This record gives sequence, structure tokens and C-alpha cells, in this order.
Amino acid sequence: MSSELDSSEVTETLDVQGANCPMPVIKTKQAIDGLSTGDVLEVVATDSGSMSDIKGWAETTDGVELVDQVEGDGVYTHYVRKTE
Amino acid sequence: MSTDTSTASDTSETVDEPDAATVAELESRIEELEASLAAVEADDGPKKMSIIATKGTLDMAYPPLILASTAAAFGWEVQVFHTFWGLDILHEERSKNLKLSAVGNPNMPMPNAIAALPGMDSMATKMMRKKIADNNTASIEELIQTSLDMGVEFQACQMTIDLMDYDEDDFYDGVTTGVGAATALQFMGDADVQLFV
Repeated sequence: MSSELDSSEVTETLDVQGANCPMPVIKTKQAIDGLSTGDVLEVVATDSGSMSDIKGWAETTDGVELVDQVEGDGVYTHYVRKTE
Repeated sequence: MSTDTSTASDTSETVDEPDAATVAELESRIEELEASLAAVEADDGPKKMSIIATKGTLDMAYPPLILASTAAAFGWEVQVFHTFWGLDILHEERSKNLKLSAVGNPNMPMPNAIAALPGMDSMATKMMRKKIADNNTASIEELIQTSLDMGVEFQACQMTIDLMDYDEDDFYDGVTTGVGAATALQFMGDADVQLFV
């Protein structure tokens, strides 16, 4: 998955560190709504549940694609592309 | 016997070569079915979720609001019908003051006999509120506002508004009043997910 993403591709970064369920998913959705097709949103979270939740949301929601998820040192970073 | 055999073979010939009228009838039936299948497949609008919220304690207010706001983030059409104590979640003033019951909850670290003493509910509520704040969990008010912003339809049951002596103006802006069981059922009948909390 990571090979697909180049850091220069990130259009916008959303910081949801400290926020818990359901806010990381909701704020991700709201941020994606403000982007254009093809844009990539980087979501930085500290909620460990966001690994499963952002994935589940991206797989269920039309118009978004999960490009990558990186876990490290209590911080969970997600890359979501707006596809339509 | 020989007559029977010849009849059977006649029948099978008829089946092999149906008359033109039957073929035309079947073809038109197939076209009809294909058209209705296409209509069903085309009707792939967003999923729908219906929640009935009946409880007004602090712990029971969270699940419907978390599920409603998250489903809205999925792009689903969401309707939450609040009735009885569930109305308090939508009540602008009372929603800020929802309580936790110390009695009847076996997970509480105290026996019911002590939990029933005056002041214990407030203490349990205060402890829970502190935990919510420390954990950075969204407040009830924040979840309601977020849900409303994302298009969740909150409905306050008119019969219980009258029963509880509430006023329609007591609820958050954007909450629908003047609705009853039939309105809830109409949406539920069409919903992909139906929950009772």
C-alpha cells in the first residue's frame, strides 16, 4: 500500500489527535467533503480504534479510497483519497 | 401401451417446439422482468438507518448519537425517533444534565443498598462526566450538533412531549416535533438498519 503514496501527494492534513470515537471518522468525512476528486487527505490520530474505524468507513463509503495506514509511537496516520 | 408411447412422444415434440404465441408471451414476460430488475438495481440510493431512542440516562444517550453521526459520515440517511426519556437527549436544557443511575447497575463498584442512598446518583454522574472529559470523549451536545450538521433527522415523539409536559421550543433547533409512531414506522419499513435503544 505505502508504495502507492508519495508524500507530495498529500493535499491536506487533518489533526484529530486526542479525539475519540466517533470524532476521527466524522472529522475525516467533513474534511473529505471539502476536497476535490483525486486529493489525498492525511489524518493524524491518537485513537487506536481509528485503524479499524477509518478502514471500515472508507470501505463502506462511496467516493473514497484508503491509500495507506501507518502506525507508530501512539500515532495512527491514515491516507484517504477522494475518488469522486 | 403403444398408444401411450406415441402420445408421450407427441407431447415432447410440442415442448421442443412451442408455438409462436407462447414464445412471444415468454419473451414479453422476460422483458418485463428485466425491466423491473433494472429498476431495482437502479434504486441503489444511500442506506437508511432508523433508531428508536427511549432512554435518557447519560450512558444510554451516547450509543444512538454515536451511531447516528457515524452513519451520517457513511453518507447514510439517518432518522432517530426519541420517545419517553429519550426526549431528554434532544431537550436543550435537560441534555446538558443527563444523569447516571448508581442503582441497578451491577458494574457499579458499590452495593445497591449504598447506591440507593441520597446523592449517590449525582456522585456516579460526576465521576462519569470527569471520565468523559479526561478521555476527551465528545459531549452529548457536541454529538447532537454534529449530527444535525451532517443531516441526521432527529424526531421528538409528540405524544410523549405532551405526556412529559415539555414544550416544542425546549428542543434543539432542527429537531422535528409533531410526529408519532406511524412516522417512525414508515421510515423503519424502508430502512436497512433498525435499532431500538
